[in-house]
Amino acid sequence: MPTIVVEVMPKAELLDPAGKAVAGAIHRLGENRITDVRLGKRFELHVDGEVDDALLDTARQLAADLLSNGVIEDVVSVHVAQTVTAGA
Amino acid sequence: MRVGVVTFPGSLDDRDAMRAVRLAGAEPVALWHGEHDLKGVDAIVLPGGFSYGDYLRAGAIAARSPIMAEVIDAANGGMPVLGICNGFQILVEAHLLPGGLIRNDHGDFIRRDQRLRVESTASAWTNGFTEGQEIVIPLKNGEGGYIADETTLDRLEGEGLVAFRYLDVNPNGSLRDIAGLRNERGNVVGLMPHPEHAVEAGFGPDTTSAMRSGTDGLTFFTSVLKQSVLN
Repeated sequence: MPTIVVEVMPKAELLDPAGKAVAGAIHRLGENRITDVRLGKRFELHVDGEVDDALLDTARQLAADLLSNGVIEDVVSVHVAQTVTAGA
Repeated sequence: MRVGVVTFPGSLDDRDAMRAVRLAGAEPVALWHGEHDLKGVDAIVLPGGFSYGDYLRAGAIAARSPIMAEVIDAANGGMPVLGICNGFQILVEAHLLPGGLIRNDHGDFIRRDQRLRVESTASAWTNGFTEGQEIVIPLKNGEGGYIADETTLDRLEGEGLVAFRYLDVNPNGSLRDIAGLRNERGNVVGLMPHPEHAVEAGFGPDTTSAMRSGTDGLTFFTSVLKQSVLN
């Protein structure tokens, strides 16, 4: 089943308190080469049937209108993933 | 006057808002997120809480719930609409007010009795105050940091659309200490602090005269009684 992946990140110029908290935890674990963490969202939109250009356009529209808020976030990627790894 | 209070899944302060409406001398009317019926109300309150668990973004899903189509139409037609805390977040997600609200800069949820300055009395919900009046009402939020780009902030300041500003401390990193806004017409007001929790002596913030005697929030609800539809 094809999947459209949408990735959204907080705007670069904004403070990201959640990412900062994660960075703090990494530093407490002793890894100081990682200087900064920013925390965003990944949406997996499962599609019944083929993904055509019209559907991709719809996904881009949904990413802009619903899945992100342009005041505080940027849509960094809308792409098709044929297989999505479940778990890890 | 009939004032509707919308309950979304996860609303917490809908009953408090209805109590505030009643104490101000108006009739509270319960409205439901899943319906397209404003039940003939003259004004609307979007209450605080965590609608839809704040999933996606605070207020984002509620802003697209069925009743919001009617609320947006009514607001554009001049009906007074007040968004408190999560209600403010819903108003910005519905594009009835500009900007956005993000997680508090210090990362923690905060609850405090907050001193504010009333910056604009030219609205349906603030006309009972005096310009520059200082009030104290409770604040409680995790995502109350107001942001907008510089151009928008300058426009808000220039047009007098900042309705409330934080005094003493900026509790959440809001740009230019903005606690609340009004729209150009003055019928839509949104703010993070909670006026509905300061409407009855004995249950409000402490004042210099007595414990829990603060009722500064009541003026929001008595203000709207003076005018139903702004032109």
